[in-house]
Amino acid sequence: MPETEVKATISKSTGLPRKRFYRARAHSNPLSDSHFPVPISPSQFDYSLHYPQIFPSSDQADGSRKIQFADIGCGFGGLLISLSTLFPETLMIGMELRDKVTEYVKERILSLRVANPGQYQNVSVVRTNSMKYIPNYFEKAQLTKMFFLFPDPHFKEKNHRRRVISPFLLDEYAYVLKAELEADPVVKLLSSATEEGQKVARNGGQTFQAVFRRIVPSDQTS
Amino acid sequence: MEEAEAEAEVESNRDNVEVAPALIAVHPEQISVAVAVGPDLRVFDLLAGSAASLVDECGAPFHKDPIRAIRFGSRGKLFVSAGDDKTVKIWSTESWRCVCTVSSEKRVSAVAISEDGCHVCFADKFGVVWVVDVAGSHGHVTLGDRKPTPLLSHYCSIIPSLEFSPDGRFILSADRDSKIRVTNFPKKPLNGAHEIQSFCLGHTEFVSCLAFVHARECPQGLLVSGSGDSTVRLWDISSGALLDTCEVAAKAGLLESNGEAEEHGHAVTDLCTTISGLLIAVAIQSLQGIVLLSCDVSAQTLSVSKVVSIAGEAFVPTCLGFSPAEGKLWMVTGVSSLPACNYPPLARVRVISAIDAEQEPVVLGDDEIPGGEKLLETLQGSASVDESAFLAAAEAVKTAMRNLLIKKQYPADNRESRKKTRNDRKLKM
Repeated sequence: MPETEVKATISKSTGLPRKRFYRARAHSNPLSDSHFPVPISPSQFDYSLHYPQIFPSSDQADGSRKIQFADIGCGFGGLLISLSTLFPETLMIGMELRDKVTEYVKERILSLRVANPGQYQNVSVVRTNSMKYIPNYFEKAQLTKMFFLFPDPHFKEKNHRRRVISPFLLDEYAYVLKAELEADPVVKLLSSATEEGQKVARNGGQTFQAVFRRIVPSDQTS
Repeated sequence: MEEAEAEAEVESNRDNVEVAPALIAVHPEQISVAVAVGPDLRVFDLLAGSAASLVDECGAPFHKDPIRAIRFGSRGKLFVSAGDDKTVKIWSTESWRCVCTVSSEKRVSAVAISEDGCHVCFADKFGVVWVVDVAGSHGHVTLGDRKPTPLLSHYCSIIPSLEFSPDGRFILSADRDSKIRVTNFPKKPLNGAHEIQSFCLGHTEFVSCLAFVHARECPQGLLVSGSGDSTVRLWDISSGALLDTCEVAAKAGLLESNGEAEEHGHAVTDLCTTISGLLIAVAIQSLQGIVLLSCDVSAQTLSVSKVVSIAGEAFVPTCLGFSPAEGKLWMVTGVSSLPACNYPPLARVRVISAIDAEQEPVVLGDDEIPGGEKLLETLQGSASVDESAFLAAAEAVKTAMRNLLIKKQYPADNRESRKKTRNDRKLKM
C-alpha cells in the first residue's frame, strides 16, 4: 500500500501557507450580525497581540506609535506584504471579513516573520466587519492612508447598501483619516501588488486607479 | 423535539413583533401630556383640563400601526409622532392639528426636533437618519407632505435614540452596535451631516436612550446614556471621552448571584434628566420603580441617589417624561396589545413629585396628580386598570426589546441545515 503524505497546510519548501487549504467564497455577508470580538474602543485595541516585537507587553500603550495604514478588505494580503517592506517604520493593518482568508494572512505573516527576522513586524491582520466597526479600531484622524482594493460595484439597486464606498461610509472614513497629501510611492503598487491586480494583469485586462484625499470642509464651524 | 422547540420559538417571535411599549411625553411648560399606546395617540390639555382633540387632515389620518417615538420640541411649539406605519406626523401644539406628514421607506425607531424648531430628524430601522425642513409651520398652516433627505447613517444598525445637543450644534445617534455617534449639525442639513465630531464608545450592548445634563459650567451639556448592559454612562461629547460609568442594575440591588439570572434582563429602558437639581431618572427592565442618579458636574461623576419604588402596583415604567415647571416626573407603563392574553392595549400613568436633591420624592396618588381622574381616563383609556395585566405586559415588552436589539445567536448544530438553500450548496443534478 502506498504511503499517503500528511496534508500540510504550510508548504515545506517555502514555509508559507498553501492557498488551497484556505479557500473561501468570494463574498461574506457584511449585513449580518457579527459574533467575533470587537474592541470596545480604540484604546482597548491590543497592539501587543498584533505587533509583538514592537509592543512586548499589553500594558505598554503609550500612544506614541499608532496604526497609520489600513487595508480594507485585504483578501490574501498581497498589498500588505509589499507595503510592509516599503514602509518599515509604519504600522499597518488589514481588515477582512472572511475567517479562512484571515487565517491565511495570519499564517503568511507569521511565516514571513520567521523567515525574515526583523522584517514584517509592522504588519498584521484582523477579522472584522469594517463597514460597522471602523470607529472601534481607529481614533479620529489616526490613519494617513486607507486602501480599498477593490470595491465591488454591486450594480443591482437592492445591493447598493452593501457597497464599501457610499456617501454615508465616507463620513466614517473621513473621520479616521488625517487631512494631508504627499507624493506617493504607493500608487505604483496599487495595480501590481494585490492578487486581484496580478490576476487582471495575467488576463491582459485594464486597470484604473482612483486616489482621493480627505479635505476639510470650508463651512465647518469650530 | 428540536423541531417543536424551534416552532414554538418562531410563533412567539411572531407574536412579539407587534408589541410596542407605551410612550409618554410632557410639554416643556407642562401645558399638555401625551401618551402613545400602539397606534393610539392620546393628549390631555392640562390648562383646559380636558382631552385635546387631534385633527388630522394631512395624508392618511392618524397612525395605523404602533407608534414607536413621540416628542415635544424644546420650545413647545411642535410635537412629533412616528411609528411602524412608516409615517412621521408633525403636529402643532397650539391647535393639535397635523401640519405635516412625512413618509419613510422603513419603520421609524426614533425622532428628534432641532433646538430652533426648524428641522425634524427621524431614524429608520436600517440606521439611516433623515431630516425634514419644517420651518414656518405653526398654528393652522399646513405644510402637507414633505420628502425627507438622508442626513447620516449607521451601517445596518437600528437607532433606538436620537438627540440634539442643548446648544444645537450636534446631533447624536445611538445604535444597536453599542456606538454613539456625535455629528456636527450643519447650517444646511438638507445636504447631509458629514463631519463627525466624535464617537462615544464604551457600552458593551445596545444603547437604548440618551439625555443631556444641563449645567451652567458646560454649555454644551454632559451626555448621559443608558444601555442594555445595565449601565448608565457619562460622556464629554466633543472628545467622546467616557467620564463615568454607573452600574445601575447592580446598585439598585437587582442583580443577585443566583444561577438563573438571565443575561439581558436588566437593560436600561429610558432616561430622563431633570432641569434643576441635576438628578437623572432611570427606568430599568424588571425594576418596579425608578432609580435616581445624581450627577456631579465639576467632578464629572454619576452616583446613585435614591431608588424609588412604586408601592402597591407592579409598575415597571416603559417611558419617562419630566416637566421642569413643576418638578414632576411622569411615568407610563403599558403595551400595545398582548395577543396571547387577549388584553386590549393598556397604559397606566403615574407621577412622582418633589424630584429634588433635598426633598424626598413622593409617588402621587391618582387623585393628587395634575389633571386628576379626567387625565387618567383620557390617557389610560379608563380610570382604573386591571393589575394582573401589568406583569404580562412587562414581560412582553422585555421580550420584544430583546428580540429587536440583542444580536441573535444561531446554534451551531443546525448550521448545515440552514445553509441548504444556498445556491452553491444545492446538489448538482
